[in-house]
Amino acid sequence: MPVDQSLVGREFPPTRPYAVTEEGLREFAEATGGDYTGRAPTTYPIVLAFEAMNAFLEAEQVDLFRIVHGEQKFAYERPIVPGDVLTATLTVSGLRQIAGNDIITTTSEVTDDSGALVCTTNATLVHRGPE
Amino acid sequence: MSLPTQTFTITRADLVRYAGASGDHNPIHQDEEVARSVGLPGVIAHGMYTMALAARAVEGWFPGAEVVSFGCKFTNPVVVPPEGGVEIEVAGEVKGSDDGLTTVALTVTWDGQKVLGMPKAVVRG
Repeated sequence: MPVDQSLVGREFPPTRPYAVTEEGLREFAEATGGDYTGRAPTTYPIVLAFEAMNAFLEAEQVDLFRIVHGEQKFAYERPIVPGDVLTATLTVSGLRQIAGNDIITTTSEVTDDSGALVCTTNATLVHRGPE
Repeated sequence: MSLPTQTFTITRADLVRYAGASGDHNPIHQDEEVARSVGLPGVIAHGMYTMALAARAVEGWFPGAEVVSFGCKFTNPVVVPPEGGVEIEVAGEVKGSDDGLTTVALTVTWDGQKVLGMPKAVVRG
């Protein structure tokens, strides 16, 4: 099922506020073989971005198991620390079809509870069509 | 300037743990049958897990430094067998420093093959 072209430019509702805890940061750091340093590991914002992506895929009835990650970028405004309350807002920035696969580009802005931008994440998702 | 290459091992247990910590429960990272059903050669590591290991290398080269940006493409899947693990090598090269920002180009390989495309980090300091 190809993804609908009218998605391009659409902004999806923000994810529900997510409270960053020391326990959560420690779990993520240790799951990637590192130690907790008092602030979030570099790729931690993917937790927020992934939740936004999941909501988007569910809304569009796209199966997660058909999705492969093509590209990921993070641009950080400041480190994430315990006590931050964050939401991610996903916008579909592009869509093209290559060899039966949909290439979906998304931007998710992670903001804190004052509305300030904390991190911008860009993800390219490859939606693999049936064989 | 070349930075010391760092090596990381990835096992299926690491992927299970990473799925729990990140919320990414895509079955292609756990279930051989599902992975093959979408044309993958087997269970593959989360691209984000490999990227997280590359980020750890950056954190190791620049302890305590703030990362300003980090990005890569996922060009080749890392296939993780049911038993044992696979080794990932992360090499880095400082490309330049400007205005207090240092740009590092990484090379991330598994079995001699690049698995991340153009991985690049910019750190303050």
